[in-house]
Amino acid sequence: MKYPVCREIEGKSSAYVALLVILGGLVALGLGAAIYMEHQGHHVTGMNNQIVWGMPHVFAVFLIVAASGALNVASISSVFGKVVYKPLAPLSGLLAIALLVGGLVVLVLDLGHPDRLIVAMTNYNFKSIFAWNIFLYNGFLAVVAVYLWMLMERRMNTYTKAAGMVAFVWRLILTTGTGSIFGFLVARQFYDAAIMAPMFIVMSFSFGLAVFILVLFVSFWGTGRPMGEVIVDRMRSLLSLFVLAVLFLVAIFHVTNLYATEHHGIESFILRDGGIYTMMFWVGYVFVGSVLPLLLLNFSGSSRSEVVAVSAGLVILGGLAMMYVIIIGGQAYPLVMFPGYEVVSDFSDGVVNVYRPSLPEILLGMGGVAFALTIVAFGVKVLRFLPLSLADKDIDPHYRPDTAGGATASGA
Amino acid sequence: MANNDTNIDQYRRRFLERSTAVLAAGVIAPGVFLHTVANARPADEAVTSKVRWGMLVDSGKCKTGCDKCVKACEVENGLTRTGRPEIDAQWIRKVTLKNKQTGHTTSLPMLCQHCAEPPCVDVCPTGASFKRADGIVLVDKHICIGCRYCMMACPYKARSFIHEDITDQKAHAPRGKGTVESCTFCVHRVDKGQSPACVSACDEGAMVFGDMNDPQSEISQRLREVQSMEIRGDLGLNLGVRYQGI
Repeated sequence: MKYPVCREIEGKSSAYVALLVILGGLVALGLGAAIYMEHQGHHVTGMNNQIVWGMPHVFAVFLIVAASGALNVASISSVFGKVVYKPLAPLSGLLAIALLVGGLVVLVLDLGHPDRLIVAMTNYNFKSIFAWNIFLYNGFLAVVAVYLWMLMERRMNTYTKAAGMVAFVWRLILTTGTGSIFGFLVARQFYDAAIMAPMFIVMSFSFGLAVFILVLFVSFWGTGRPMGEVIVDRMRSLLSLFVLAVLFLVAIFHVTNLYATEHHGIESFILRDGGIYTMMFWVGYVFVGSVLPLLLLNFSGSSRSEVVAVSAGLVILGGLAMMYVIIIGGQAYPLVMFPGYEVVSDFSDGVVNVYRPSLPEILLGMGGVAFALTIVAFGVKVLRFLPLSLADKDIDPHYRPDTAGGATASGA
Repeated sequence: MANNDTNIDQYRRRFLERSTAVLAAGVIAPGVFLHTVANARPADEAVTSKVRWGMLVDSGKCKTGCDKCVKACEVENGLTRTGRPEIDAQWIRKVTLKNKQTGHTTSLPMLCQHCAEPPCVDVCPTGASFKRADGIVLVDKHICIGCRYCMMACPYKARSFIHEDITDQKAHAPRGKGTVESCTFCVHRVDKGQSPACVSACDEGAMVFGDMNDPQSEISQRLREVQSMEIRGDLGLNLGVRYQGI
């Protein structure tokens, strides 16, 4: 096997320019939405005093979770020594940084006072998991940047494994922090669970890999660089495993809740009576985001990159649906302050809270996604992030020309 | 003659009784008043944890449909309604409870419970949510970044986010678009030795306010005598607002 070679993309095709124009347009729309929300106040959004976190948080948390997961491919290469993944490590690191920046931009621009970012950077309450996350996010960007340097600078390659290990541990702690934003909310029926942290970690594996697969495949299709069966099949089986793992933890989460009578209210709301949230859970997350991709990945009889890409797209949609259920659904269910009582007030006590996402919120969220992808599109043009070839002969140490034909035939 | 003497005696007795009562009222009333004033913290003296401000609500006296406390709070703190209740700021609200099993209904005011261990203070990334030494939980509007994590964390829905520009604010209750706010226990009144506006407005005497650390205060005595409870006492937050009769 040859040493993996990464090269900048040419980036002169009309498709590439069109991609940048579209992404730029979406970023501009997102920025415009943020300025509008900041100027008018949050009354122009669907958020209110009952549903205090809305669509921007669905997008932001998804992006932040996916960011740490996108680094997994690099970790598998540098920490666990799987050489097949080695050529993918630089793109994995770049995508991790890009997704995190995209998510943070959305989160910050949704603040009531985005102008006070400097306040958030200079005033810390160390009991707050939010404050911890500010360090974890910034640290992640720095750690992954150093890791990329070790990886891409030939002279520093000896430190790649150590830097990769630090990045791997950091990303696990980071997603623990993200999950704990919800896990530490003692007041709310749907949160307040230690399983939130591991569930978010496994979700990051799945959603992050799905985004990585889409970005990788689209880049290869766009540049016409060769991609073999081996890498596609690895991506297929890995995604399949991660989707199953998320399903397992989500099932444990709900079954544990269902066992405790005090949680029957919120569980019947999410799983049966919650309208849009119930639909988002069963149709969005379980069917579209999990069962369908699992069927496609394992029983379609095809390891073609298109099938894996479609599955990855479905996992992303399911992931967004899951975030909607967790973030919005968890707030829509009324706070239980008086167990055993019906509660009535003119401040929405005892009733399911209504949330209608508004256009500016959605544009802000989409803008964050577009910003992340712009960073990737720009990154692969200016630096050597994208491998020249992912053909089996270039990446697979066990590759033998005489068996390759047979493997292709059985995989197709 | 004897009859006359008896009349004079009765007259004298009544006169003595009344003048004693007037004298007593004249001496004691200012004493009580001055005692309150004397208890007010001088402006240049730091707040101490020797005091723990608290409130006892007697839901038995709280009338369904009465919202004098809510109105008084709005006037005192300059809260105005926007016509869109879902984004209106609510520092105090009236809640009606109906026992699902027995059908018994209860009415009570809900406000910031001024927890000794406030979850909103724990989660606030910048420390804008803070608890004064005397137990009053407040928001420093200058360092609130408007993340609303405190609203997610509050078990009582006691906090409101300001969704649009605000005009005609009261000097003693500064507010601002993009920040979170909640009941201050009328800290500006408490620091002058007065009760919160809601307590003063309650004609039924359903709310008692005072220093829970002072064994002689009315609230401490009442809390010793009557059965009271904390809402979501299971969370162990040691609330500054206690309820009687739920």
